[in-house]
Amino acid sequence: MIGSQQTTRVRSVSRAESRAAMLFVGLWGFGFTIFLLYPLLASFYYSFCDYSVLRSPIWVGTANYHGLWKDEVFWTTIKNTATYAAMALPLGLLVALSLALLLNAKVPGMSLFRTIFFLPSLLPMVSLAILWLWVFNGEHGILNEVLRRLHINGPNWLGDPAWSKPTLALLAMWGTGNAMVIYLAGLQGVPLHLNEAANLDGAGWWAKTRHVTLPMLSPVIFFNLIMGIIDTLQVFSVPYVMFPNGTPARSTYFYTMYLFDNAFIYHKMGYACAMGWILFLTILGLTWMALKISDRHIYYGGN
Amino acid sequence: MAAGPRRTQSKRKLQKWLTLIVLIVLSGLFLFPLLWMLSTALKPMEETILQPPTWIPTHWRWRNFPDAFTYDSKSIGYIPFLVYGHNTIILCMLTVSGAVVSNSIIAYGFARLRWPGRELAFAVTLATMMIPFPVLMVPLYTMFRHFGWVGTYRPLWIPVWFGSAFNIFLLRQFFRTIPFELSEAARIDGCSEVGIFSLVILPLAKPALAVVALFTFMATWNDFLGPLIYLLDQKTFTLSLGLQFYQNQHGGGEWNLLMAASAIVVAPMIALFFFTQKQFIEGIALTGIKG
Repeated sequence: MIGSQQTTRVRSVSRAESRAAMLFVGLWGFGFTIFLLYPLLASFYYSFCDYSVLRSPIWVGTANYHGLWKDEVFWTTIKNTATYAAMALPLGLLVALSLALLLNAKVPGMSLFRTIFFLPSLLPMVSLAILWLWVFNGEHGILNEVLRRLHINGPNWLGDPAWSKPTLALLAMWGTGNAMVIYLAGLQGVPLHLNEAANLDGAGWWAKTRHVTLPMLSPVIFFNLIMGIIDTLQVFSVPYVMFPNGTPARSTYFYTMYLFDNAFIYHKMGYACAMGWILFLTILGLTWMALKISDRHIYYGGN
Repeated sequence: MAAGPRRTQSKRKLQKWLTLIVLIVLSGLFLFPLLWMLSTALKPMEETILQPPTWIPTHWRWRNFPDAFTYDSKSIGYIPFLVYGHNTIILCMLTVSGAVVSNSIIAYGFARLRWPGRELAFAVTLATMMIPFPVLMVPLYTMFRHFGWVGTYRPLWIPVWFGSAFNIFLLRQFFRTIPFELSEAARIDGCSEVGIFSLVILPLAKPALAVVALFTFMATWNDFLGPLIYLLDQKTFTLSLGLQFYQNQHGGGEWNLLMAASAIVVAPMIALFFFTQKQFIEGIALTGIKG
């Protein structure tokens, strides 16, 4: 994938060029060290410390991790986050991919539809969360009002612990526009001649999608899946605004919310750092697993 | 067999119509909440809980917008939304300029200069995108607290001036597409790297810089967690944080004012998107292409 200009150039790496590069990249070197590397390492160290902002950290070994292991709320937030991810991730994949496939069908008004589907993903989470509180309101919400007209008794979306997580997963579908646009770009990169060959073989729409489009799209699906995992495990703003303290019955108390509360409400900074590192390692582990699986199932056009 | 082609043609036509109908229904679903926001924002208080609900307000109450902006509640006092808007715009200006300046400089070093260890450094840079913010949250906070920055905007914009992996990646991809012969020619003419960067590359990279500016503006405007952690005084809040504060204090009740306030926060994003759609779509598509 490296540009061909690179290989055709014969100029050797000059010292002046290296020095100039340090000047340009040095800015990032500084930012990387101060705002990423240092906090990452410090967070690892603090995770073995008893640390509130006011007192300096005291080494306590693995006490924070032991504490988490026995912390019921910690496990509740893990269960909540995993359940939410298990609903939102496959649903998001399905919705974004379906929308992209529909938009790729060369119907009139494609760019208008694309705009409509993409737009919500750009809007401020807080405004959207407040809007959803109103739309999904059990009493006066327009959604249940519409359902009533269809003779369906809408559930108490926000107040029933059994419905709060599915509601959030449903809301997340409204923001899949980003993934949809990436799929669409991927679809437009599927070579036309493959579809034409499939047409000659008499393949129907589903056969073409299943055997041509999806395999060609698999690297993009993989990319979106990893990004989706990283985002979903960190879900914070929408539930924080819609369900303060994870109401009802802690059903929407997610991992990052508990981490935030530990850090800034209970001032258990070391405890919060241990949670942060567990999250980080989980994301690394899941990505590694996805890479392993992808080795067997992803088709990278020939290279 | 003669009927074959015609049958597949009419089948295709049917398929196209079905697709169109599905797309129209889905568009309705996607637009419906936003339209409902607007509808509620224009109603008087009593009409918001009317049953059956009205889509078109019977009494258009435009005053909701100024009211939401200058709302003076007995229970929580004055909510200075104009101040929040002002704060947000200032912050956006600081982050947008920082992101454009720093990331273009850094990306130039990665894309147009050769130095030992470049590929490794770039791989490390990309890998930083995997680090979740919550793991950095505590040390960043204590560091900024040590600097005396908590309660100011500095934690929200100074780091932006040192680049971010995503923007570096985006600009590097673009810079590589600019023919290297241009740089070579300038070098032969005795132009310095700084000169090549500012006189040759930057003018050609305007579309990519616009994408970085757009994404940064949007991210700052929409950011909630950052302001929630670092801003303490109500007068310094951004729109997102202010809106949450307002909602939290009010709870349900005056939904018309809440929707008007939300609409005011949402509207600039919608307007911005309509003017810059092409850049948005291309920028996002660029991130999905392996590099």
